[in-house]
Amino acid sequence: MEDLLRELAPQVLGVLARRFGDFATAEDAVQEALLAAATQWPTEGTPTNPRGWLIQVGYRRMIELVRSEQARRRREDLVAQRDPYDRQHAPAADEELTAERDDTLVLLFLCCHPALAPASAVALTLRAVGGLSTAEIARAFLVPEATMAQRISRAKQRIRSSGLPFRMPDEAERADRLAAVRQVLYLIFTEGHTSTAGPDLRRVDLAVEAIRLTRALHARLPTDSESAGLLALMLLTEARSPARTGPSGELISLADQDRTRWDAAAIAEGVALVTWALPRGPVGPYQVQAAIAALHDEAPSTGATDWPQILALYEVLERLSGSPVVSLNRAVATAMVHGPEAGLAALDALTDDPRLAGHHRLSAARAHLHEMAGDHTRAIADYRAAAGRTSSLPEQRYLTMRAARLAAVAHQPTTKD
Amino acid sequence: MKYMLLMQFSAAGTDFPGIDTWSPEEIRAHIGFMQEVNDKLVSDGEMVDGQGLGGPAQVRIVRAGADGAPVVTEGPFAETKEFLAGYWVVDCDTPDRAVQIAAHISTAPGPGGRPLNMPIEVHPVMSAPPVEL
Repeated sequence: MEDLLRELAPQVLGVLARRFGDFATAEDAVQEALLAAATQWPTEGTPTNPRGWLIQVGYRRMIELVRSEQARRRREDLVAQRDPYDRQHAPAADEELTAERDDTLVLLFLCCHPALAPASAVALTLRAVGGLSTAEIARAFLVPEATMAQRISRAKQRIRSSGLPFRMPDEAERADRLAAVRQVLYLIFTEGHTSTAGPDLRRVDLAVEAIRLTRALHARLPTDSESAGLLALMLLTEARSPARTGPSGELISLADQDRTRWDAAAIAEGVALVTWALPRGPVGPYQVQAAIAALHDEAPSTGATDWPQILALYEVLERLSGSPVVSLNRAVATAMVHGPEAGLAALDALTDDPRLAGHHRLSAARAHLHEMAGDHTRAIADYRAAAGRTSSLPEQRYLTMRAARLAAVAHQPTTKD
Repeated sequence: MKYMLLMQFSAAGTDFPGIDTWSPEEIRAHIGFMQEVNDKLVSDGEMVDGQGLGGPAQVRIVRAGADGAPVVTEGPFAETKEFLAGYWVVDCDTPDRAVQIAAHISTAPGPGGRPLNMPIEVHPVMSAPPVEL
């Protein structure tokens, strides 16, 4: 039942918010309708049309909320002015409104408003589109519920004061907003994919939720190749997650992962998606990253990976994004194709980039390439420098371990017999 | 991103006397300022936790003895010039924002209403890796 409610919540919210033009009140009404469903359905049985049931209960609650407002008269006048007569009745329970099928998408666009800070857009999206409770979102981000409640209510106030009507942004604005939507979904995904905050069974799995929402986006915009690329990237990345940490939560590098533990079904789906998306154009960064992930996922080992192809893709990605981290990854791919010296030379060219100055990934990449070249002294120094700069605990342990392993080899007395 | 802000009482870096010598008004102004900081952090959705800590006289240092039983000593703080007076854990968008909050906390009023300019340490809370290695 929980899954059903989560699926229906954004649809119901979309209908109510559209009818009343008031997102914040509609959200409260939906929460109450969901609460009513959660208490009544288990004893009285799930209604034949659960969506219609929720809309009717939410609609009634909405009217009560609107009426109980102090500025009741003013609000009702406003609603009456906005809505023609035929909209002032609750819809029939079995009424199917095709135009409202895109409400989930409209909600996504609304939650990913450019005026909101990314953290707020993420929280609002999980609440309004993902149907998660404030407590669940707070738990996922390890902050108190009161903090998350404030973050969400401020975001809603911001949307309200922006005066943005509840509708799809126009064509010109839509491309920008769609980019923001993808970014927020990817943020939700990376938060879930990288979190190692303990095996709490009640913790919301954000990576799974991000994939579910991106699937919904892709379903509603099936011809948008970059959204398909984003879904592919998530599937191809998440497919490796069973193998990327060891029994005590330590990181395992790509080269050392047990590839039999990767999720073959997710890889097949991701590969199919990106294969479909790439020739459609225009090619965006998510598609290229998905293509790179697909090459990794399909390779039987690091050695048997199609590195020339990956290098070519990083060159494309570098032109698309201009991010120094991408250039750094390209340097590593260069080393895999042309040898560690070529890779180190490419890294040297990046040293002066102020965006990378003091970044632990630059030292970490250099350490890996020195190790590849057999220069253990420099590798140890760079691993230690990188460990000192990262703010990620698993990454710090991984880098310290690499340094310690090389140091142990260096200190072993050489046998002379 | 989460940051831990540590408020050090530092007699070395600043030149104000201990809080036990302030007037009640000065203490009230100081506490009121801290309360405002906390309220603002909560309403901005950035507060994770924050507490004031007992002074050096109340600190105990604990070690495990030979049999694992705790061996407790009082803090050797008679001549201490620096001690931890309180902390915040905040969850904010950027490192810059954490620094901004710390700078604001550092302006907490002391004797005569002058800002204390206490040193605030900003520590990133170690988290999970941002990207695939």
